[in-house]
Amino acid sequence: MYDIAIVGAGVIGGMIARTLARYRLKICILEKKHDVAMGASSANSAIVHAGFDAAPGSLKAKLNVRGSEMMEEVCRELGVKYRNNGSLVIGFDEADRQTVEELYRRGNENGVKNLKVLDAEDLHRLEPNVSKNAVCALHAPTGSIVCPYELTIAAIGNAMDNGADLLLDFEVCDIRDTGKHFEITSPDKTVLAKYVINAAGLYSDAIARMVGDDSFTVHPRRGEYILLDKECGTLLNHTVFRTPSKMGKGILVSPTVDGNLLTGPTSTDMDDKENKATTAEGLALVMKQASENADGVLFGKSITSFCGLRAVGSTGDFIINLPRARFVNVAGIESPGLSSAPAIAEYVVELLAKAGLKPEENPSYTPTRPAMHAFREASIEEKNAIIQKDPTYGHIICRCETVTEGEILTAIRTNPRPRDLDGVKRRTRAQMGRCQGGFCSPYIVELLAKENNIPYEAVTKFGGASLINFERTKEER
Amino acid sequence: MKEIELVIVGGGPAGMSAAVAAYESGISDLLIIERDARLGGILQQCIHNGFGLHRFGEELTGPEYAWKYEKLVREKQIPFLPNTMVLDITPDKVVTATNATDGVFQIKAKAIILAMGCRERSRGALNIAGTRPAGIYTAGTAQKYVNLKGYMPGKEVVILGSGDIGLIMARRMTLEGAKVHAVCELMPYSGGLARNIEQCLHDFDIPLRLSHTVVEIHGKERLTGVTIAKVDKNRRPIPETREYIPCDTLLLSVGLIPENELSKTASVTLDRVTGGAVVDQDRQTSVEGIFACGNVLHVHDLVDYVSEEAEIAGKNAAAYIRGEAIERTEINLRTDGKIRYTVPQRITQKKDVTVYFRVADVYRNVTVKILDGERVVYQKKKPRVAPGEMESITLNADQLADAKELLFALEVK
Ligand SMILES: Cc1cc2nc3c(=O)[nH]c(=O)nc-3n(C[C@H](O)[C@H](O)[C@H](O)COP(=O)(O)OP(=O)(O)OC[C@H]3O[C@@H](n4cnc5c(N)ncnc54)[C@H](O)[C@@H]3O)c2cc1C
Repeated sequence: MYDIAIVGAGVIGGMIARTLARYRLKICILEKKHDVAMGASSANSAIVHAGFDAAPGSLKAKLNVRGSEMMEEVCRELGVKYRNNGSLVIGFDEADRQTVEELYRRGNENGVKNLKVLDAEDLHRLEPNVSKNAVCALHAPTGSIVCPYELTIAAIGNAMDNGADLLLDFEVCDIRDTGKHFEITSPDKTVLAKYVINAAGLYSDAIARMVGDDSFTVHPRRGEYILLDKECGTLLNHTVFRTPSKMGKGILVSPTVDGNLLTGPTSTDMDDKENKATTAEGLALVMKQASENADGVLFGKSITSFCGLRAVGSTGDFIINLPRARFVNVAGIESPGLSSAPAIAEYVVELLAKAGLKPEENPSYTPTRPAMHAFREASIEEKNAIIQKDPTYGHIICRCETVTEGEILTAIRTNPRPRDLDGVKRRTRAQMGRCQGGFCSPYIVELLAKENNIPYEAVTKFGGASLINFERTKEER
Repeated sequence: MKEIELVIVGGGPAGMSAAVAAYESGISDLLIIERDARLGGILQQCIHNGFGLHRFGEELTGPEYAWKYEKLVREKQIPFLPNTMVLDITPDKVVTATNATDGVFQIKAKAIILAMGCRERSRGALNIAGTRPAGIYTAGTAQKYVNLKGYMPGKEVVILGSGDIGLIMARRMTLEGAKVHAVCELMPYSGGLARNIEQCLHDFDIPLRLSHTVVEIHGKERLTGVTIAKVDKNRRPIPETREYIPCDTLLLSVGLIPENELSKTASVTLDRVTGGAVVDQDRQTSVEGIFACGNVLHVHDLVDYVSEEAEIAGKNAAAYIRGEAIERTEINLRTDGKIRYTVPQRITQKKDVTVYFRVADVYRNVTVKILDGERVVYQKKKPRVAPGEMESITLNADQLADAKELLFALEVK
């Protein structure tokens, strides 16, 4: 019997698990996919928003501002890359200027610090490659960037290091309340838990309905992106947004914590929660608008394009409540969900306390997790000390991102353990560079097969039927 | 810091030929650094024949061709470090590398030869719309799975791009029991060698769909199909011609990119067209004492030419180390656009120079002209030139005369 079952291993489920792991609680995270961070938490803009977007008084506003204040410390503890690069919302005409002024007022009301409205001259002094056509901007110095899947993986890894269980390939199909606890079932397993936390992203409405709550729905809104080579990563220092519309914050151009340049997202309402395909029109729009935001965005240097689905709730705000005893919804967590994640977790723990959960502190709780990128940032002397102990750290597997065999093996052996190529990619950056795994994936398949004790041809890209190879060409002799 | 006269980065055919040539020119303090476990580079996985016709007058497989050079390296006891990756090269020729035995180490070299080869353009560079399932590989990656690892990455195959590796893999996959449904080529002509189109597609009845591209990728986990379409003159897909082909594998053979990340750390000037360094007739780059050859310099269609070019680099790196004084001149080679590029891009010594070049499109009945202002330095008629086939012209010192600039032009009737 678990004290807490969290449905969904995204950044929200992960941060909640990690925050609860400081108490003496038996926790499990139930995830239907082959790995963690497979939903919205792996494909988004990676921005820690300052908090000037949401309507004053909303949960979004409150938790965004609080989350953005907490983020740096959380990332430090979890060894996750974070950079306080500041953000700019640029305007091109009089109407935009009014929006910028409005965002400025709203931001101040939400408690965002150090906001400033810039004229064209100050804007271009601060960020020379912003479009020459921009006439004004809102400058939010507290805006930051983070790696969203790294944060999710690290939060879940840290929760696991502190005793939480992760059950992958566990698709919650039914939840029954016995009055004392819940029976949570997947097609082939059942777990029991006193409390259930519904952090199932796009499917949080379906999970809520399993316990009779049909007070809200969630629908997908597509966001398409193009990621550019590291050569382009220094074009801008700040995250550059356009003024927002009803459909979202508009196409942005931003450096990433790993040094690439990210452009996107589009914003299209959809019906199909499983459709993560990019479209020719969407990618064309990203190119057009990104090129309007900044000068010198080189799409000839693109290394990949992808799509994320926002979980848009029917209420317009984050839906965080207890529709019944011992069951917590954390639903409709669209943007700024990533930014708010640490604050959402804190808020959920407060809700649980109000609902009667008063756990003791876990005395052996460790809030920290070693950074997965420590080796690459080490000095030559430090590297050599590590290589001397473990020679695999001297052997480069991914040449574009210079990732060593040692780093990959360590990632494969570290909670939450990756079992597929994409899992290794998200943890180590191997295959994430300009050749996109062309050279190194055959070797990584080998390492995964060996470490997980499975045949070479059983290794997948991301679980299920995503096989890399079908069979041996010849019989082994 | 350890000092070595000549460091060669890359142990493929270019690196090995360059090392052997430098050794034969009297440099015995040299080292080849190779990131793979073996010498041979990409040739290791090219188990088809067709290598060595020009050099050795016989048809060798890739590994056989590589072995000819590896044997020389071993006989001459030229030192090489396998499983070692060069991480950085500075303009004053300090090489930083890493491997499992020595850790991260540095070498100060008198001269460096860059021979890192190239990589394949990936799906991301093309921004094809659709899902991101398993089953999409560059042709070279698939070749590695099939030929080196012994696994079949797919059964029902579509190939995008008719570069040579794509053509070779069309045949290879067919021979291994897969069905290749089509090879789509964006351009109205193939970028591959004529003999590969004949022997790899026609002989196996594999359709080559010119002026076609893949516009959408389908399938959630493994690839289930691709939508292809014909493209117009401006290479834009024509919606009415969309056609769905069920398949589980898409191989990409859409171009090779010289791997010049290290050249950049060394501040070597790159040519925007070739993607490789700007070099003189000795294959010396803009940084004195740093030379480049093979596919890192520009993409070759035949390894025979790589070896030839590498020998030039090797010999001249040796001459540089010996500090031979030479009389210098400066002639810039320009192109008219129909000729896309030349290698070398500059001539700094009056001696016999072979200039390699590629054209931008397929042209028939052309005259290749080299002009020094009004003066016609060279001209020759050709029935057909194509981007897929590299051309070369040898100029002698007299022809160079007092030129400051030579224009390579194509006269099309
Ligand atoms: C295009 C886009 C851009 C965004 N940009 C930003 C940004 O810049 N800044 C920001 O702060 N926020 C941004 N967001 C929002 C942010 O990404 C999300 O708020 C956040 O990732 C939500 O995390 P989550 O854990 O709720 O959802 P998810 O990451 O989707 O996780 C939900 C998990 O639940 C699992 N699950 C679902 N059903 C079941 C079931 N029945 N059984 C078991 N498991 C199940 C899913 O597989 C999934 O792993 C963006 C979102 C999108 C899509």
